[in-house]
Amino acid sequence: MSENLKHFSTDDFEAEVLKSDIPVLVDFWAEWCGPCRAIGPIVDELATEYSGKAKIGKLNVDTDNQVAAQYGVRSIPALLIFKDGAVANQIVGAVPKEKITELLDSVI
Amino acid sequence: MNRKVIIIGSGPAGLTAALYTARANLEPLVFEGNQPGGQLTITTDVENYPGFPSGIMGPELMENFREQAKRFGAECYFKHVTKVDLKNRPFRVWVGKDEYYSDTIIIATGASAKMLGLEKENELMGFGVSACATCDGFFYKDKKVLVVGGGDTAMEEATYLTKFASEVVVIHRRDTFRASKVMVDRVMKNSKVRVIWDVVIKDIEGTKESGVKSVILENQKTKKRFNEDCDGVFLAIGHKPNTDLFKDQLETNKNGYLLTNSGTKTNIDGVFACGDVQDHIYRQAITAAGSGCMSAIDVERYLENL
Repeated sequence: MSENLKHFSTDDFEAEVLKSDIPVLVDFWAEWCGPCRAIGPIVDELATEYSGKAKIGKLNVDTDNQVAAQYGVRSIPALLIFKDGAVANQIVGAVPKEKITELLDSVI
Repeated sequence: MNRKVIIIGSGPAGLTAALYTARANLEPLVFEGNQPGGQLTITTDVENYPGFPSGIMGPELMENFREQAKRFGAECYFKHVTKVDLKNRPFRVWVGKDEYYSDTIIIATGASAKMLGLEKENELMGFGVSACATCDGFFYKDKKVLVVGGGDTAMEEATYLTKFASEVVVIHRRDTFRASKVMVDRVMKNSKVRVIWDVVIKDIEGTKESGVKSVILENQKTKKRFNEDCDGVFLAIGHKPNTDLFKDQLETNKNGYLLTNSGTKTNIDGVFACGDVQDHIYRQAITAAGSGCMSAIDVERYLENL
């Protein structure tokens, strides 16, 4: 796993995501979710490719369900892109890498 | 570069075709599509795949399939094919702007869950509307959910959802289920489940922000409409083959399934089909894998005779 890939939690969500200077992509996932496994390696690659431009990380809905509930996540994988403390874009379900980079590029 | 074989799809059929063509040194290129691993990746325990006496998780089984195919040199990419030209040779396959050439094509695009065809359903997919209880059930702890359908999938989803939801309401358009007796019994015995017979969903109410709030149901006998509050709607009304890509190029039956003959041949020489995209009868992982193997052998023979 890339060292650029972050792991967010309820405790550091505000500091790491909402107050971040650069856009943040949060991958809401869980161990039991098949499509999350498909998208995992892509999110990992993006963490390296967007290093310095956007922060990329994962949030486990099993352990940090409050954050998922707060943002109305009802299906995973869900990729939420935060900019200036608010959701700028979101993708639900596994999609090819190009779709994600397109949305990321549009907020950077 | 011109390939010997391109495989479209990565469920049991596609990856078995990849394994066999890789072992035959045909260096297969696999486009995995939007759901790498296929429908088994949205299930939990697979208890009827031979060779796993205590069962295996669907996603894990599919990871094993992929590893095995890759071990012999199959190249697998998480890419979705957007266009094909099967009328000229070599065959051409597009992924967005990228173009690929191949002497043969194996189609293993499978099937996907059917939708009701309501406008709101698309908008709220992932926001209260779901076609996968095992993926999304977790988010409905102590909530009220609806399951639409009357087959085995609907019964399985309803039973699974009782682990989380406070109430599960099964909505069915007829007055009997077509699911197998053992599955129906399991549902009817569960105190969390209620069934509303003879109704269809006319509309879903809610927004992306609020999620699903309620549905409008219509009784098929009395034509009376009424509201039913709920937090989620799970669809289990069957499957449709993923054949839009081949429209007007390959022969299908009236439901859109690809027609195959003498093994896995389609109406175009050099194009083969396997798995659920050409099978609306058996639709099992093991039958899909078996037909994937057949199409690999068919490709091998076809290339030898070129």
